[in-house]
Amino acid sequence: MKKVAVIGAGPAGIEAASLLAAQGLEVALFEKESQPLHNLTDKAFLFPNFADARQVSERLLEKLHTPGIALLKDTPVVSLLAPTAGGSWQVNGQGFDAVLLTSGYTTFDARRKEELGYGIYPGIHTSLEMEQMLREGKIVNTIGDMPRRIAFLQCVGSRDEKVGNHYCSKLCCVTAVKQAIEVKKLIPQCEVYIFYMDLRMWGQHFEELYREAQTDYNIKFIRGRISEAGGTFDRRVQIKAEDTLMGRPMKLTVDLFVLMVGMEASQGTRSLAAQAGIAGEYGFAQACDPHTSDNCTAHDGLFVAGSCKRPMTLTDTLADARSAAWEVLRYLHSGLK
Amino acid sequence: MFSVFVIPFCIGVVALLVVSVMKYRRWISQFDKRQQMLVRKGILSWKFVGAAWEAFREGLLHWRITKRHLLLGYMHRSLAFGWFLLIVVGAVQAVLAYPNGHPPYVAIFFNYFEPRSENIAHFAEARFYANLMDGLLLYVLSGLLLAMLKKVWSRPMGMRRTTRHNLTDRIAKAALWCIFPLRLMAEAHTSAIYGNGGFLVSGLGRVIDWVRLDQPILEYQWWVCYSLALGTFFTLMPFTRYMHIFTEVFLIYFRQLGLRETTDRTGYTNFELSACSRCGLCIDGCPINNPLGITNTQGVYLLQAVRNKDLFGRAERLADQCLVCHQCSNDCPVGIDLEAIRRQVRINSRKKTDDNSGYDYLKAVRPFNALGRVAYFGGCMSHLTPSITEAMERIFQASGTPYWYMDKERSICCGRPLLQQGFESQARELRRKNTQLIKESGATMLVTSCPICYQSFTKEYNLPVRVMHHTEFIEQLLRSGQLKLKEKSALRVTYHDPCELGRGSGIYDPPRQVLEQVVHLLPTQHERERSLCCGFNLGNTVLSTEQQTEVRERARQNLLEPHPDMIATACPMCKKAFARGTDTKVHDVAEIVAEGLLETAMQPTHSTR
Repeated sequence: MKKVAVIGAGPAGIEAASLLAAQGLEVALFEKESQPLHNLTDKAFLFPNFADARQVSERLLEKLHTPGIALLKDTPVVSLLAPTAGGSWQVNGQGFDAVLLTSGYTTFDARRKEELGYGIYPGIHTSLEMEQMLREGKIVNTIGDMPRRIAFLQCVGSRDEKVGNHYCSKLCCVTAVKQAIEVKKLIPQCEVYIFYMDLRMWGQHFEELYREAQTDYNIKFIRGRISEAGGTFDRRVQIKAEDTLMGRPMKLTVDLFVLMVGMEASQGTRSLAAQAGIAGEYGFAQACDPHTSDNCTAHDGLFVAGSCKRPMTLTDTLADARSAAWEVLRYLHSGLK
Repeated sequence: MFSVFVIPFCIGVVALLVVSVMKYRRWISQFDKRQQMLVRKGILSWKFVGAAWEAFREGLLHWRITKRHLLLGYMHRSLAFGWFLLIVVGAVQAVLAYPNGHPPYVAIFFNYFEPRSENIAHFAEARFYANLMDGLLLYVLSGLLLAMLKKVWSRPMGMRRTTRHNLTDRIAKAALWCIFPLRLMAEAHTSAIYGNGGFLVSGLGRVIDWVRLDQPILEYQWWVCYSLALGTFFTLMPFTRYMHIFTEVFLIYFRQLGLRETTDRTGYTNFELSACSRCGLCIDGCPINNPLGITNTQGVYLLQAVRNKDLFGRAERLADQCLVCHQCSNDCPVGIDLEAIRRQVRINSRKKTDDNSGYDYLKAVRPFNALGRVAYFGGCMSHLTPSITEAMERIFQASGTPYWYMDKERSICCGRPLLQQGFESQARELRRKNTQLIKESGATMLVTSCPICYQSFTKEYNLPVRVMHHTEFIEQLLRSGQLKLKEKSALRVTYHDPCELGRGSGIYDPPRQVLEQVVHLLPTQHERERSLCCGFNLGNTVLSTEQQTEVRERARQNLLEPHPDMIATACPMCKKAFARGTDTKVHDVAEIVAEGLLETAMQPTHSTR
């Protein structure tokens, strides 16, 4: 029986592994954490339809019961070696006929933009921490009261030449809109601001969501960057920004300041892509061609799927994983292997 | 005592004197009011003694170059001091030999006229002088040999890269290089006939005599060539880099009188431009050259472009292609203020677009009564690194210093970034407002966290209060016992000298003294004056982020080489630059001290990105 290694038990890894196993392959699913779906389980609701992330997770986890999948938890892949002539791919010393890299993303460390005060002043959070609060259904300011004003800042660590990430992280725009709406659902009287460069509402129902945010939830969108954030004596956050549509500088004191941190290649993606010689821009893994072979790599038998290639939404990741599974099957049945 | 061959030499000397006097007169007339006043006041003072000593030390002995590289110093010294002694000793020799007087050129062509003169005095030390002159000629020739070596292989002379000279400079250099070998050959041929001269000349003369055997010895042709070489060199000299030989003396004198560069090009600038010997010592240290590999923008080329009236707008481009790290002016053996000249070019190029954009908000910033307090100016860059300003506030509080954080709410820039970019009038507007705020506050001292602001306040302002960088201030607090630290941490730390603080302001020791009390300070290869630029100085707007990153990487490698737990620096700009590109923690000296005030001392840790 043909053996396939899938590296990373995130949505892409699980989706592809279940499809490959259903086709009668023996799949080893490597996961460095003690639980799969590490990046999904900390979400509350998913855009654009506010689906409960827990339910989506459960549906994905069920797929792990497909016979033929061996989930290897707490097993980080430390070595990924290309086959020597006629041999097989070596993952942590074990031989495999094909390898699918689904090692995913991590988020930008907001401390790298010190001027935004993350880790220095209370009341400044990343979008992940905001999601956590939304999951618990309890949003409080630094002294435990209900916040009266919250500001979101887009593009933290993405589209930012200074930190070396020129690319757009693609899903923070809609995430901020989603989170802002959820905040308003929880605390209707709270003022919510979103500071943006431009809003990229590219996906299905994104634009409608953006419209709803303005018409139904009275969320204020301000085009402009926030240059610095500081603490005030009453443990709130003072932000300095420029409203570029009005053409004037502005200062705003808010209870909570949320940084929409962008997606970066995860540590695993960085090191494995480098090891396998498929490192692309910004540490992401590089596929052959974005149009016709987006899951193949420069090496036969090595495939990539999901956000280890570039920032990607859950919807796209799952579709990409299915396409990768098909590519793996085609490769294994083609006689190339 | 005359021969036709002396004519080229005489023409050269006269041309040199006439053109030099014209040039110097013009430049002196171009001094601005303040410079004229300083010259008038200082001309009768004793300052010329110091100037004469410095001119001797730098113009002839080349002391600064020698300190940098022994062999390079020897080369410059042998050519300058050797030739100088040849002229002086030659003159003395001629005076002794002709007690009844002689035309001035005889001293230069002494060996030609000596055997032909009837009224020559046979003075006692004649042999000694002849040998001494030969020794000096040998000394100069040894320097010439090194100069030739440097042209083909400069590394043994301590230079990776040397200057690319223009055509006139090359012709003058060829003439200069011919002078001394031709002198040797001319004197040797005379000696072959008459047997005069010292050990070198007469020795070579005997060889020539033996080689030529019965053929006639072509003595006169050699003297013609020697005179032509001298004449060519002297005629070209005022139009080439060799003018620095004289100009440097004037420059040293004017500098001793207190003259400095201003924001506009003045006569003093012309002296500086002319004093550049185009030695190229500014090239190797420049971060634009190493690591970026751009080798045509350094100080020597900027001055060249400015000197040539900037016909093609080249100076503007060169002046912008700079990180203002002060390395070139630090390396300049003549001490030319390259930053100021670069700024003049920038100011001049911005004049076209210079409209006062009206800082209306300045009116809204009101003075604050901070009588007797220390005014703290964080600066714009520290606002972007709030851990530094937070640390400083903790330090003020812990030491019981009454302070006023003057730019906490409404921050007004110190003006230096604008000035560095050439926006002179805008910078002046900001300076005026800050000066007013500080004066009216009644504060007794100004502490800044940003070395850019520090340089601005110390050099571009005229404040009635003492200005300190926070590293100096903390060092003083620790020394006076106002600030007490917990026990020293085991952290191993390397310190990065910010350009603006180190080379720019000469503050090297206070940050080190502070760090040594808090952590274990490790030395690095490029420290103090030789510290590497972090690449992100505000003085530059044309380098791409990739290029800046490349500059930073070199500095970062240097700091990480001793495998420290942490990188320390004293500039928010440098901190940001390094923090962006490293997993190792980067902290300001103030942060490290503030951390040391806590109950628990910091533990060595490696943060993950």
